[in-house]
Amino acid sequence: MKRSHKPIIWSLFAAGGTFTAFMIPVMILITGLGVPLGLLPAQTLDYESVLAFVQHPLTRIALFGTIFLTVWHAAHRLRITAHDFGIRADRVVATIFYGLAAITTLVALVVLALI
Amino acid sequence: MSRRPYFRTVSRYGWWFAHPRYLRYMARELSSAFVGAYGGLVMFALWRLWQGEAEWNALVGFLQSPPSIGFHLVALAFALYHTITWFNVTPKAMPVQIGDRQFPGGIIVGTHYFVWAVVSLALFILAGAGT
Repeated sequence: MKRSHKPIIWSLFAAGGTFTAFMIPVMILITGLGVPLGLLPAQTLDYESVLAFVQHPLTRIALFGTIFLTVWHAAHRLRITAHDFGIRADRVVATIFYGLAAITTLVALVVLALI
Repeated sequence: MSRRPYFRTVSRYGWWFAHPRYLRYMARELSSAFVGAYGGLVMFALWRLWQGEAEWNALVGFLQSPPSIGFHLVALAFALYHTITWFNVTPKAMPVQIGDRQFPGGIIVGTHYFVWAVVSLALFILAGAGT
Protein backbone atom coordinates (compact mmCIF):
# COMPACT_ATOMS: atom_id res chain seq x y z
CA MET A 1 0.00 0.00 0.00
CA LYS A 2 1.22 3.46 -0.84
CA ARG A 3 2.06 5.32 2.31
CA SER A 4 0.32 8.61 2.82
CA HIS A 5 2.07 11.79 3.91
CA LYS A 6 -1.18 12.98 5.47
CA PRO A 7 -0.23 12.16 9.13
CA ILE A 8 2.88 14.39 8.87
CA ILE A 9 0.98 17.33 7.40
CA TRP A 10 -1.88 16.81 9.84
CA SER A 11 0.43 16.73 12.88
CA LEU A 12 2.05 19.98 11.73
CA PHE A 13 -1.43 21.49 11.36
CA ALA A 14 -2.45 20.36 14.84
CA ALA A 15 0.80 21.33 16.55
CA GLY A 16 0.77 24.65 14.72
CA GLY A 17 -2.86 25.28 15.62
CA THR A 18 -2.16 24.72 19.30
CA PHE A 19 1.02 26.79 19.30
CA THR A 20 -0.53 29.71 17.39
CA ALA A 21 -3.58 29.67 19.65
CA PHE A 22 -1.34 30.30 22.67
CA MET A 23 1.28 32.59 21.16
CA ILE A 24 0.09 34.58 18.15
CA PRO A 25 -2.40 37.02 19.76
CA VAL A 26 0.17 38.33 22.27
CA MET A 27 2.90 38.39 19.62
CA ILE A 28 0.72 40.52 17.31
CA LEU A 29 0.03 42.80 20.26
CA ILE A 30 3.74 43.18 21.06
CA THR A 31 5.26 43.49 17.56
CA GLY A 32 2.44 45.15 15.64
CA LEU A 33 0.31 47.18 18.03
CA GLY A 34 2.17 47.78 21.30
CA VAL A 35 4.40 50.66 20.17
CA PRO A 36 2.03 52.46 17.71
CA LEU A 37 -0.84 52.38 20.23
CA GLY A 38 1.37 53.46 23.12
CA LEU A 39 0.95 50.24 25.13
CA LEU A 40 4.71 49.60 25.06
CA PRO A 41 7.64 52.05 25.25
CA ALA A 42 9.06 53.21 21.90
CA GLN A 43 12.48 51.70 22.62
CA THR A 44 10.91 48.20 22.56
CA LEU A 45 11.67 48.08 18.81
CA ASP A 46 15.17 49.65 18.99
CA TYR A 47 17.58 48.04 16.54
CA GLU A 48 20.27 47.25 19.11
CA SER A 49 17.96 45.70 21.70
CA VAL A 50 15.94 43.66 19.18
CA LEU A 51 19.15 42.39 17.54
CA ALA A 52 20.62 41.38 20.90
CA PHE A 53 17.36 39.64 21.82
CA VAL A 54 17.14 37.76 18.51
CA GLN A 55 20.80 36.67 18.67
CA HIS A 56 20.23 34.74 21.89
CA PRO A 57 20.24 31.01 21.02
CA LEU A 58 16.93 30.35 22.79
CA THR A 59 15.25 33.22 20.94
CA ARG A 60 16.53 31.89 17.61
CA ILE A 61 15.04 28.47 18.33
CA ALA A 62 11.76 29.99 19.57
CA LEU A 63 11.43 32.27 16.55
CA PHE A 64 12.21 29.48 14.12
CA GLY A 65 9.62 27.27 15.82
CA THR A 66 7.08 30.10 15.69
CA ILE A 67 7.53 30.75 11.96
CA PHE A 68 7.73 27.05 11.08
CA LEU A 69 4.57 26.03 12.93
CA THR A 70 2.62 29.15 11.97
CA VAL A 71 3.13 28.92 8.22
CA TRP A 72 2.63 25.14 7.98
CA HIS A 73 -0.55 25.35 10.03
CA ALA A 74 -1.82 28.10 7.73
CA ALA A 75 -0.72 26.34 4.54
CA HIS A 76 -2.62 23.16 5.39
CA ARG A 77 -5.76 24.94 6.55
CA LEU A 78 -5.80 27.24 3.50
CA ARG A 79 -5.40 24.25 1.20
CA ILE A 80 -8.47 22.62 2.73
CA THR A 81 -10.36 25.94 2.73
CA ALA A 82 -9.66 26.42 -0.98
CA HIS A 83 -11.71 23.26 -1.53
CA ASP A 84 -14.52 24.81 0.55
CA PHE A 85 -14.44 27.85 -1.72
CA GLY A 86 -15.17 25.58 -4.67
CA ILE A 87 -11.61 25.40 -6.01
CA ARG A 88 -10.96 21.83 -7.11
CA ALA A 89 -7.40 22.14 -8.44
CA ASP A 90 -5.96 20.62 -5.26
CA ARG A 91 -2.54 19.80 -6.71
CA VAL A 92 -2.00 23.42 -7.77
CA VAL A 93 -3.35 24.80 -4.48
CA ALA A 94 -1.24 22.41 -2.40
CA THR A 95 1.89 23.25 -4.39
CA ILE A 96 1.35 27.01 -3.91
CA PHE A 97 0.59 26.93 -0.17
CA TYR A 98 3.10 24.26 0.84
CA GLY A 99 5.67 25.92 -1.43
CA LEU A 100 5.15 29.30 0.25
CA ALA A 101 5.44 27.63 3.66
CA ALA A 102 8.64 25.84 2.61
CA ILE A 103 10.24 29.04 1.25
CA THR A 104 9.31 31.01 4.39
CA THR A 105 10.69 28.26 6.63
CA LEU A 106 13.93 28.08 4.64
CA VAL A 107 14.54 31.86 4.61
CA ALA A 108 13.81 32.02 8.35
CA LEU A 109 16.27 29.19 8.97
CA VAL A 110 19.06 30.87 6.98
CA VAL A 111 18.48 34.34 8.47
CA LEU A 112 18.28 33.04 12.04
CA ALA A 113 21.47 31.00 11.54
CA LEU A 114 23.45 33.94 10.15
CA ILE A 115 22.08 36.90 12.11
CA MET B 1 -31.90 9.70 -17.50
CA SER B 2 -33.97 10.49 -14.49
CA ARG B 3 -37.15 12.44 -15.06
CA ARG B 4 -36.37 14.67 -12.14
CA PRO B 5 -32.67 15.34 -12.41
CA TYR B 6 -31.08 16.75 -9.30
CA PHE B 7 -30.13 20.39 -9.43
CA ARG B 8 -27.86 21.69 -6.76
CA THR B 9 -29.67 24.56 -5.03
CA VAL B 10 -26.69 25.84 -3.11
CA SER B 11 -23.88 27.61 -4.93
CA ARG B 12 -20.56 25.77 -5.06
CA TYR B 13 -18.74 29.05 -4.43
CA GLY B 14 -21.12 31.06 -2.25
CA TRP B 15 -22.67 28.35 -0.03
CA TRP B 16 -21.04 29.73 3.08
CA PHE B 17 -23.27 32.83 2.98
CA ALA B 18 -26.35 30.61 3.33
CA HIS B 19 -26.25 30.26 7.12
CA PRO B 20 -24.50 32.15 9.97
CA ARG B 21 -23.01 28.87 11.11
CA TYR B 22 -21.29 28.39 7.73
CA LEU B 23 -20.02 31.97 7.91
CA ARG B 24 -18.53 31.34 11.35
CA TYR B 25 -16.91 28.17 10.00
CA MET B 26 -15.32 30.15 7.14
CA ALA B 27 -14.16 32.90 9.53
CA ARG B 28 -12.51 30.20 11.64
CA GLU B 29 -10.78 28.63 8.63
CA LEU B 30 -9.73 32.02 7.20
CA SER B 31 -8.10 32.95 10.52
CA SER B 32 -5.21 30.85 9.20
CA ALA B 33 -4.67 33.35 6.34
CA PHE B 34 -3.92 36.07 8.89
CA VAL B 35 -1.93 33.75 11.13
CA GLY B 36 0.14 32.66 8.10
CA ALA B 37 0.58 36.25 6.88
CA TYR B 38 1.81 37.22 10.32
CA GLY B 39 4.31 34.33 10.26
CA GLY B 40 5.56 35.62 6.92
CA LEU B 41 5.82 39.13 8.34
CA VAL B 42 7.95 37.87 11.26
CA MET B 43 10.24 36.16 8.72
CA PHE B 44 10.43 39.40 6.70
CA ALA B 45 11.18 41.45 9.82
CA LEU B 46 14.07 39.12 10.77
CA TRP B 47 15.43 39.48 7.25
CA ARG B 48 15.33 43.29 7.52
CA LEU B 49 17.00 43.07 10.94
CA TRP B 50 19.75 40.95 9.40
CA GLN B 51 20.28 43.50 6.59
CA GLY B 52 21.08 46.33 8.97
CA GLU B 53 19.91 49.24 11.06
CA ALA B 54 18.59 51.43 8.21
CA GLU B 55 16.42 48.61 6.79
CA TRP B 56 15.15 47.73 10.27
CA ASN B 57 14.26 51.35 11.05
CA ALA B 58 12.36 51.60 7.75
CA LEU B 59 10.31 48.57 8.78
CA VAL B 60 9.67 50.04 12.24
CA GLY B 61 8.49 53.22 10.52
CA PHE B 62 6.05 51.18 8.41
CA LEU B 63 4.77 49.47 11.57
CA GLN B 64 3.61 52.90 12.84
CA SER B 65 1.55 53.57 9.68
CA PRO B 66 -2.27 53.24 9.59
CA PRO B 67 -2.26 50.35 7.03
CA SER B 68 0.02 48.34 9.32
CA ILE B 69 -2.02 49.14 12.41
CA GLY B 70 -5.20 48.21 10.52
CA PHE B 71 -3.74 44.91 9.36
CA HIS B 72 -2.55 44.04 12.87
CA LEU B 73 -5.94 44.90 14.41
CA VAL B 74 -7.75 42.62 11.94
CA ALA B 75 -5.08 39.94 12.35
CA LEU B 76 -5.45 40.16 16.14
CA ALA B 77 -9.23 39.71 15.87
CA PHE B 78 -8.82 36.62 13.67
CA ALA B 79 -6.02 35.26 15.87
CA LEU B 80 -8.27 35.60 18.94
CA TYR B 81 -11.09 33.86 17.05
CA HIS B 82 -8.67 31.05 16.19
CA THR B 83 -7.60 30.75 19.84
CA ILE B 84 -11.18 30.63 21.14
CA THR B 85 -12.42 28.12 18.55
CA TRP B 86 -9.28 25.98 18.96
CA PHE B 87 -9.51 25.82 22.77
CA ASN B 88 -13.24 25.16 22.75
CA VAL B 89 -12.88 21.93 20.74
CA THR B 90 -9.95 20.55 22.76
CA PRO B 91 -12.15 18.12 24.76
CA LYS B 92 -13.29 16.66 21.41
CA ALA B 93 -9.87 16.75 19.76
CA MET B 94 -7.93 15.45 22.78
CA PRO B 95 -10.36 13.64 25.08
CA VAL B 96 -8.81 12.52 28.36
CA GLN B 97 -10.09 9.28 29.83
CA ILE B 98 -9.32 8.21 33.40
CA GLY B 99 -10.40 4.63 34.06
CA ASP B 100 -13.94 4.35 32.75
CA ARG B 101 -14.71 8.04 33.04
CA GLN B 102 -14.18 10.91 30.67
CA PHE B 103 -12.31 13.80 32.21
CA PRO B 104 -14.69 16.80 32.30
CA GLY B 105 -14.28 18.91 29.16
CA GLY B 106 -14.82 22.16 31.01
CA ILE B 107 -11.63 21.64 33.00
CA ILE B 108 -9.61 20.90 29.84
CA VAL B 109 -10.90 24.07 28.16
CA GLY B 110 -10.51 26.15 31.33
CA THR B 111 -6.90 25.02 31.80
CA HIS B 112 -6.09 26.10 28.25
CA TYR B 113 -7.58 29.57 28.83
CA PHE B 114 -5.75 29.91 32.15
CA VAL B 115 -2.34 28.95 30.75
CA TRP B 116 -2.96 31.19 27.72
CA ALA B 117 -3.76 34.19 29.95
CA VAL B 118 -0.67 33.64 32.15
CA VAL B 119 1.70 33.17 29.18
CA SER B 120 0.29 36.18 27.30
CA LEU B 121 0.46 38.45 30.32
CA ALA B 122 4.01 37.32 31.18
CA LEU B 123 5.26 37.94 27.63
CA PHE B 124 3.57 41.33 27.44
CA ILE B 125 5.19 42.43 30.72
CA LEU B 126 8.57 41.04 29.60
CA ALA B 127 8.24 43.06 26.38
CA GLY B 128 8.24 46.19 28.50
CA ALA B 129 4.65 46.98 29.43
CA GLY B 130 4.50 49.32 32.43
CA THR B 131 8.12 50.43 32.17
